[in-house]
Amino acid sequence: MVVYVLRRLALAVVTLFLLTLIVFAISNVLPQDVARAILGPFAPAESVAQLNKQLGTDQPLLVQYWRLLKGIITFDFGTSYQSGQPVTELIGQTLSNSAKLAILALLLTVPLGVVGGIAAALRKGRLADRVIVTLGLAGSAIPEFVTSTFLIFVLGLKLNVLPVLATWPEGSSIGTQAYYLLMPSLALVLVYFGYIARMARAGTISALEADYTRTATMKGMTRAKVLRTHVLRNALLPTISVVATQTGYLFGGLLAVEVIFNVNGLGRLLVTAAKAKDLPVLSAGVLVIGTIYMVATLLADLLISYLNPRIRLAANA
Amino acid sequence: MTAASSEPGLPVVAADPLAGADRATAALHVENLEVDFLVRGIPRRVLRGVSFSVRPGESFGLVGESGCGKSTTAYSALGLLPDNGRVAGGQALIAGRDVTHMSASDLRQVRLNDVSMVYQDPGAALNPTLKIGMQVTEAFTMLGAAKAEARDRAFEALRRVRISDPRGVMERYPHQLSGGMQQRVVIAMALANDPKLLVLDEPTTGLDATVEAEVLDLVESLREDTGAAVLLIAHNLGVIRRMCDRVGVMYAGKVVEQGPAAEVFDNPSHPYTVGLLRCLPRHGARKNDRRLDTIPGFLPQIGEALPTCVFVDRCPIATDVCRTQAPPVVALGTDTSGARFARCHHIDKVAQIEPTGLLSGADAEAREVEPILRLEDVNVTFHQNRRSIHALVDVNLDLRPGETLGLVGESGSGKTTLAKTILGIQQPDTGSRVVLDGVPLEGSTRKRPQDARRSIQIVFQNPDSALNRAQSVRAILSRALAKLAGITGKEADTRLDVLINHVRLTPRHLDLKPRQLSGGLKQRVAIGRAFAGDPRIVVCDEPTSALDVSVQAAILNLLADLQRDEQSSYVFISHDLGVVRYLSDRIAVLYLGRIMEVGPAADVFAGPHHPYTEALLSAVPSVDGAPETRIRLDGEVPSAASPPPGCVFHTRCPRRLESGICETEVPPLVEVEPGHRMACHIPLEELRGLQAAETVQA
Amino acid sequence: MSETTRPSDGPHSAATPSSSTSDAADMTHGLVDREMNEMVTVPAGPGMTASAAALTARKTARRETFRLLMRKPSFVIGNLIVIFWVVCAVGGKAIAPYDPQQNFSDFLHAPPGGDFLLGTDRLGRDVLSRIITGARDVLIVAPVSAVIGVTLGTVLGLVMGFYRGAVDDILSRIVEAFLSLPIAVVGLLALVVLGPSNTTVLTVVGLLFAPIVARTVRAAVLAERELDYVQAARLQGESSFYIMFREILPNITGPIIVELTVRIGYAIFTVATLSFLGVGVQPPSPDWGLAISDEYSFIISGYWWPVVYPSLAIASLVIAVNLIADALQGVLSR
Repeated sequence: MVVYVLRRLALAVVTLFLLTLIVFAISNVLPQDVARAILGPFAPAESVAQLNKQLGTDQPLLVQYWRLLKGIITFDFGTSYQSGQPVTELIGQTLSNSAKLAILALLLTVPLGVVGGIAAALRKGRLADRVIVTLGLAGSAIPEFVTSTFLIFVLGLKLNVLPVLATWPEGSSIGTQAYYLLMPSLALVLVYFGYIARMARAGTISALEADYTRTATMKGMTRAKVLRTHVLRNALLPTISVVATQTGYLFGGLLAVEVIFNVNGLGRLLVTAAKAKDLPVLSAGVLVIGTIYMVATLLADLLISYLNPRIRLAANA
Repeated sequence: MTAASSEPGLPVVAADPLAGADRATAALHVENLEVDFLVRGIPRRVLRGVSFSVRPGESFGLVGESGCGKSTTAYSALGLLPDNGRVAGGQALIAGRDVTHMSASDLRQVRLNDVSMVYQDPGAALNPTLKIGMQVTEAFTMLGAAKAEARDRAFEALRRVRISDPRGVMERYPHQLSGGMQQRVVIAMALANDPKLLVLDEPTTGLDATVEAEVLDLVESLREDTGAAVLLIAHNLGVIRRMCDRVGVMYAGKVVEQGPAAEVFDNPSHPYTVGLLRCLPRHGARKNDRRLDTIPGFLPQIGEALPTCVFVDRCPIATDVCRTQAPPVVALGTDTSGARFARCHHIDKVAQIEPTGLLSGADAEAREVEPILRLEDVNVTFHQNRRSIHALVDVNLDLRPGETLGLVGESGSGKTTLAKTILGIQQPDTGSRVVLDGVPLEGSTRKRPQDARRSIQIVFQNPDSALNRAQSVRAILSRALAKLAGITGKEADTRLDVLINHVRLTPRHLDLKPRQLSGGLKQRVAIGRAFAGDPRIVVCDEPTSALDVSVQAAILNLLADLQRDEQSSYVFISHDLGVVRYLSDRIAVLYLGRIMEVGPAADVFAGPHHPYTEALLSAVPSVDGAPETRIRLDGEVPSAASPPPGCVFHTRCPRRLESGICETEVPPLVEVEPGHRMACHIPLEELRGLQAAETVQA
Repeated sequence: MSETTRPSDGPHSAATPSSSTSDAADMTHGLVDREMNEMVTVPAGPGMTASAAALTARKTARRETFRLLMRKPSFVIGNLIVIFWVVCAVGGKAIAPYDPQQNFSDFLHAPPGGDFLLGTDRLGRDVLSRIITGARDVLIVAPVSAVIGVTLGTVLGLVMGFYRGAVDDILSRIVEAFLSLPIAVVGLLALVVLGPSNTTVLTVVGLLFAPIVARTVRAAVLAERELDYVQAARLQGESSFYIMFREILPNITGPIIVELTVRIGYAIFTVATLSFLGVGVQPPSPDWGLAISDEYSFIISGYWWPVVYPSLAIASLVIAVNLIADALQGVLSR
């Protein structure tokens, strides 16, 4: 187990390193003049040169990359081209709102998805199963911003039951904030429910069909007890990793959702930065989102290895 | 269901022999059971009226080839049919009550109190995420025992199935136990409710013969203790013969013959049973003495509409009446109660079914020729997590032209690694030499010349895996001809015809894909591919163990014919000693990657043999009845990562010497008789004395 | 953007039990195969040449697959919807009631009905005409990027799964690093750097799909590799290239076709999202994502039609593609 954990951690570090390389490579894919790109074609050459010097974009790529790596360790990603504020500060301000939205969405999606998936598995092939599977499939196929417009149209415009903008009054309680975040998180729930339900369903079906479940049935157990003691644990192991990867991807969905519902979060920050070609903010934000994904999958792998005695007890696995 | 007899004079049972009889008292009474499986909404008949009865305390066996419905019968009788299965007619009574139409809670009570089941794959039957102790304890808490009491009883139950360290095992997870241990745990759980009926579905099929013998011994003695009735399902006729009082032979969803096991096996009365038994290489039959009998035709597909007699299409004595009238249930022997019967119009002619002709060929006497292949000091070491696993240790072997070398040993003994090393798909350690015709070969097939590759080919165990399912038979064989024989263009077509003719395929098979062929035909294609370039050596890795016995016989005949015609040498791996004996000229016995014994097949089988060989031979349950004496192996195969010192076999050897030499000194592999080498500290004559009384039949 | 995670990388055990297994297993698993046998076996008649028989067998197999697909309502419905949008994309201006760029300045945000069936947008352009003509960009960009992604990913996955070892370890790390980035996020970054255009969008999305496809293909290849026919090919002296592309690839076309369809669905998803975020298809294109982006802030003022109708268009198209993918998955995956 210890060896497994150490190896998994080492892999995470390697992946993180590769992630910085990818982000850096994309940011520098064209031998472009950053300051020229920001200031436009008609700016005088001197101001372009000055801005490049100020941004450090006149230095060799290796030096720039080294600065990025150093920045990650010291939490210093430089300053925003656009506002001149430190990038770390900007991200810090917005990340908490995004986290609130993501957590609320997960708190709704995971139980719904797991219960929905298990319910579908128990009624495999019947109407309830088909409805859950089809809803999940449709939901996860539609982009978040499209789902959001439907929600605004139905819940905001036609029924008028939820606020359509997530701009809560200053100093609101957690409850009030959650109320304001409910519609944006519903948009995320609709998209991510399908993934989790599908996995929970598949896991449950394979556990239900497993020989050990038959063994339990032959012991004379009630179906409920068989489910509780033998099926669920094995059924939900694979769901854990899906929850983790979806947590990472949820932050991708935040881009559009935060824009539409005007949430002052990381997603909206990135979109704004993109429109202003504010590369320091953009690349730092991309790194943060990649790191969140990696931490989530790392935790999931560790949890799974703990719950699965085959990995936990293997001397060297 | 039974028509009037067309053969006056035979004692015909007018109605089903079991109807009404035993109903209330039988441990399990199955009557006219019909089961369908829904495939895309279309019901396919799988059981076509199965009837039999397991009396209290009796051991009843169901035997037949795959797809005959034996497992389905058992699952229906326990209410365990999959979602797409449904009972279309008939009954299955446990303790007098019909299980097929029972409420869920009644069924639960029956499972709780009256029946238990043991499955084929013990690894899958145990929950991988729960400790053994919890799983066994649970069986007792279900019966109403308090936690602490249940735990004590679980401990006792594990001890009862001869687990030496129950306390330790209870703290472990299933994956930490060997297959044999897992099966003991499953049996312990099955016996928790002191069942009136114990159903065993292929309980030893995935296990080594030595472990199989232990498990069967255990079941036998527990049955004597508990008095439980047993329904044993197995495709292995030897297992059934060993374990069962009575037996039912199933074919295409029907019991075609039934009776006391000894009578059915010694004096079969249905053409199918006769065929089944003759397919097996028995009584020490050899490839040069006789061809094996086969059953022509194919097993019917599930749900296929069948003529009145299900076996008629493959029956050597069928007449027109077999197609028009359902065969009568003919009672046999003196007992007319239906205890022994066969469903056949022509019982009187069964005895006249001719066996296939004998062969006049004698064993090849060319002993002194140069070996075609020579393995010199072959070692294979796997490195895993900083541990070295010695898969092969100092293996020295010769293979002569035209001979078959049989490789025998339990799983993990290194048989397959040895085969792979010969083929060049397993790189041996440096210093190992694989010499073909006096020329040392590279360890990897990629570095070998094409001519060496052509010379050494393989027939795999599972043709589904061995044939590319995206390619037609023509594409597979043409490519093999092109690469191995260098034949392309016009000539290739001619050669292709010759090749398929050799492996008894017809041109109409050429344009089919593997999935359109039966298992036996697929294996013929695989054999054809191996023989495309006139190989000198063909490695056969369990070539028939994925096949049913009737198909196995045909494939063995084919391999023997090809060897006679082409003079190729075989390295033949099989866990079935009867099959090895049939085909092999010499045998090498491996244990933990070391050769324990090697010599002419006749010597190795007749003895005196190495104690390990002796144990392997005596583990095999024989279709012809049990041998007098048995030696049994204790304990488990040691880990190849830390082999025992001295003789690696000493930890399990029943003939270990008192002097302690076995524990300390490695016995050398020395020639004890001409051409017969053995690695044992016990002198040959002493072994002869010890083994004298024991005539072991394979 | 969001990807399905498949529990894929587990070692595939190709080993079958050493003896004939219990027939209950045969029933439930082998039955379909056996049935397929009956349906597909076409013995060559006496007058038939061998290759004609081969052709017939192949045709029959294909027809059989098609027949199975046509029996799935999801496949039929999905295709009808896709065909509808393809007609719109091809017909474009020719079938639209108005010029999609024409501003009817007297009819800003005119509600649905009357002359404008689906109303007009904030610039007085006909929503219906814009939806019809807006199908074109997404229906070009999405499939092309999916094809790019699947082609690259297949090659990558074949190499990773086939060579395993160091090659696989290194490539897997890189793939893993790519997978940690939601596509919309990294696409945003890339398009800011490269500047938006249809070509860059389809290139970027295609490249970003490659690692995802590679992982799926790798898993399939790893499973195939365990099968003995790969060993047999080696022993026949076939080259690695031949084994990868001629022996293994034909056996994994099923999962690849499914993957391609799934990718087309996600490409529509991603392209629409990028357009919505302002880095994808550029104005004045009548692209649906773009339209929603321009109009969503008016929805709460009651002008819902320029937003909801394009939203329905996107939703119907992605759902349709996913229905097809789902049906293919059911029929093609073994």
